[in-house]
Amino acid sequence: MTSILDRILGRKGLSSADVARERLKFVLVTDRSDLSPDKLEALQNEIIDVIRRYVHIDEGQVKIKLEQRERENYLVADIPLARNQPSSYQTPVSEPPIETGDTKPRKPSDTPDTP
Amino acid sequence: MGARVITVTSGKGGVGKTTATANLAVALALLDKKVVCIDADIGLRNLDVVMGLENRIVYDLVDVVEGRCKLRQAMVKDKRVPDLYLLPAAQTRDKTAVSPQDMVALTNQLRPDYDYILIDSPAGIEWGFRNALAPADEVVVVTNPEVSAVRDADRIVGLIEAEERKIPVSLVINRVKAAMVQRGDMLSVSDVMDILSIRLLGVIPEDENILVSSNKGSPLTLNNQTVMAGEAFRNIARRLTGEKVPLLKLEQKGGLLKRLSRLFGSSDSTA
Repeated sequence: MTSILDRILGRKGLSSADVARERLKFVLVTDRSDLSPDKLEALQNEIIDVIRRYVHIDEGQVKIKLEQRERENYLVADIPLARNQPSSYQTPVSEPPIETGDTKPRKPSDTPDTP
Repeated sequence: MGARVITVTSGKGGVGKTTATANLAVALALLDKKVVCIDADIGLRNLDVVMGLENRIVYDLVDVVEGRCKLRQAMVKDKRVPDLYLLPAAQTRDKTAVSPQDMVALTNQLRPDYDYILIDSPAGIEWGFRNALAPADEVVVVTNPEVSAVRDADRIVGLIEAEERKIPVSLVINRVKAAMVQRGDMLSVSDVMDILSIRLLGVIPEDENILVSSNKGSPLTLNNQTVMAGEAFRNIARRLTGEKVPLLKLEQKGGLLKRLSRLFGSSDSTA
């Protein structure tokens, strides 16, 4: 009885049901996607590497996580850009272009090789 | 018209599948529906004892599939209600004695003459579950407000959603202790719904009368006493027939504090 008041007034931490809910959400996201925390970290590091070639980012603040909305799972990325971007940040010529799902097919003139 | 085949499953064992199947079967029969329930747990049959029909079994599911008897010969009539039959599982056979195709053929044979065919699925996600799922028009997943049961329910729902044909799935949350939910020591109905995101069919409160009824082999829905769990099962049966029935209030009395806590959404006290 008192625990509810305690929680409302912030006297107590999470209830055991709160803990159960959070643990379940976390484990289900892993179960559903077959993406373990280890794999997710490796994925995050690779994404950071790729993005770094194009833009300065605040690497410490990058968050990539799995999220559940209804019964669909999403990979959600939060990638803050660094405050001071060098004025002439260019894609290194040696790196291959990155194909992303949401861009239109590149024209040949868009490739880094053409001047 | 033909029967609707409803498979009752859970993933995790011991959450109350068999109890739910027995009580829903009886409740549907008392609503004047023609009902057959099939125990698909071959090698671990239990629906017969929970229903109190264990002494009247002559043939079983495997005998039917292997042609040792006619389907009607294996069906045990429950004499306490108008139109309820049990097709028992084999106790001495291996689960592989029956295939998903056998289950589809068998239910198709029953469909024209009944309104509901309830299949009590074995726990797990293997052979027996596949058998129980194959003929299903609809699946009822039973879970408890507990981490392992919810996790397994999620797995089962995922497997059903991965099927080629779309099978409607709904959830029954069994063994809810309102007092524990109230003090934050049990996942609430809304917590479980939030996590599983499937349609809620009903909530059954934890009730000692359930054990008493299985001791006696007399499902709670059989007698008209106002036992809360029995009432909750009856409501689910009515929802299965398409009737709109509001959730039961699990809390008998609501003091100021309880009402306050409901306001803050930390618990859910309906069934």
